[in-house]
Amino acid sequence: MTGWQTLLYKEVLRFWKVSFQTIAAPVLTAVLYLLIFGHVLEDHVKVYDRISYTAFLVPGLVMMSLLQNAFANSSSSLIQSKIMGNLVFLLLTPLSHWAWYLAYVGSSVLRGLVVGTGVFLVTFASTDLTIQAPLWILVFAVMGAALLGSLGLIAGLWADKFDQLAAFQNFIIMPMTFLSGVFYSIHSLPAFWQGVSHLNPFFYMIDGFRYGFFGVSDVSPWLSLGIVGVALLCVGSLAVHLLRVGYKIRG
Amino acid sequence: MPAISFQSVSRYYPLARGPKGATFAALDDVSLDIEEGEFFGLLGPNGAGKTTLISILAGLTRASKGRVSVLGHDVQAEYALARRQLGVVPQELVFDPFFNVREALRIQSGYFGVKNNEGWIDELLESLGLADKANANMRQLSGGMKRRVLVAQALVHKPPVIVLDEPTAGVDVELRQTLWQFISRLNKQGHTVLLTTHYLEEAEALCGRIAMLKSGKVVALERTSELLKAASSHVLRLKIDGELPADLAAQARVTGRIVQFPAHDAREIESYLGAVREAGVIVDDVEITKADLEDVFLEVMGGRK
Repeated sequence: MTGWQTLLYKEVLRFWKVSFQTIAAPVLTAVLYLLIFGHVLEDHVKVYDRISYTAFLVPGLVMMSLLQNAFANSSSSLIQSKIMGNLVFLLLTPLSHWAWYLAYVGSSVLRGLVVGTGVFLVTFASTDLTIQAPLWILVFAVMGAALLGSLGLIAGLWADKFDQLAAFQNFIIMPMTFLSGVFYSIHSLPAFWQGVSHLNPFFYMIDGFRYGFFGVSDVSPWLSLGIVGVALLCVGSLAVHLLRVGYKIRG
Repeated sequence: MPAISFQSVSRYYPLARGPKGATFAALDDVSLDIEEGEFFGLLGPNGAGKTTLISILAGLTRASKGRVSVLGHDVQAEYALARRQLGVVPQELVFDPFFNVREALRIQSGYFGVKNNEGWIDELLESLGLADKANANMRQLSGGMKRRVLVAQALVHKPPVIVLDEPTAGVDVELRQTLWQFISRLNKQGHTVLLTTHYLEEAEALCGRIAMLKSGKVVALERTSELLKAASSHVLRLKIDGELPADLAAQARVTGRIVQFPAHDAREIESYLGAVREAGVIVDDVEITKADLEDVFLEVMGGRK
């Protein structure tokens, strides 16, 4: 294995060794959401006139879990290494900033995909979910996870303690995912809030992802792809830049 | 080509208090070359700048001014090449709790792109007395064992230049012996070694050349034998009962009942003995020894030289 592949392997091994917490727990959480919201709303809400609420909810939950876990992976790995002091083992190596980026974001994408697949496998049987365009599903899953993995990297570099990282997660990531249309179609919102939702990049990730299942979405999947692509480029560039200058990790 | 070259290295930190823009120099224009194959000691009291200097060498910190190179490779411009030549044992006892000893070594080896390294990993485990701990998780190891793993991790890519930042701080005699035997063997095979330590007898026994840092400046840079020669040649060591008068105590190093006077010749020894007798202090034991590095260190740091 080359240097970056070793780091990727180490990062994957890190979450795999505690998979009860990093994979099983988020899958269970998503199942609970589905049971509760599905039970309460199944008979009352139809989305796009023809899709049952539970079927609508499943892709949203899959994507939400995927995004949150991609973020958690890179951010928690970095802050743990910083606080434990073992980041020094990496800092002493000849690995370039690109190698760091590829490995940290790559492992986040993998964890996101594993959790997302887990949520999908345990929930899809309970619905009449169809898959219209699998390639769109894969594209949005990978790009969304890469975007959140990059954000996690930035947050992990920036935070000096767990407290700050939790604030980033609870006050930025959580509201943006919850308000992105995981639990509802934004067409059901008043015009003002629809407009606000369009400013949230998370909305495009979930909307594009959902298009792959139903063949319908709130906006065109091409628009979503464009916006998610630009967001990934911006956030990714910032993350690579911070790694290159050694932001908060090299004095 | 020197193994390690520090050229006019300075490092400034902003002062927490005081006027805006005021800085404190952790390192002030440090220049020194360490030749290939040397066993070099870097000594100094806490806060002298030893760890800052090593951090700059390892790329953990940047110099505010000056240039540092490892076997001709600049540690900033050619960081990848420089770091391949360098094996650093950090001072802090750090570890990754997710892995066992062998995994940690394999991973560290992989970061450097070293393939098929099992033979050398086995040799490291054996030489550092870690063979029976290879499959133990890092969390289960004692402090001394963790320290051994740190050494193994630093050496896993067979670096020609080895840097040890206080590797024996707080570890038992057995580990010190094992470690020094192993490091001396590597030095004989041609590896350059840079060592910082608080144990001056270790530095005296191992290092061919020594630099002493004080407040970020190099205050001594000589062969160990020359340093020892230049210092007071003898030490008069007394075990006393009672208290020395203040003027005498100021000239001596006092540790409880043990009093040590640095002396250049027999006359000086005699005059100290006379002064102690006159002061009415009872002497239980007298010993005259050759000065060691600790005496030199105190002379240099005390500014008496």
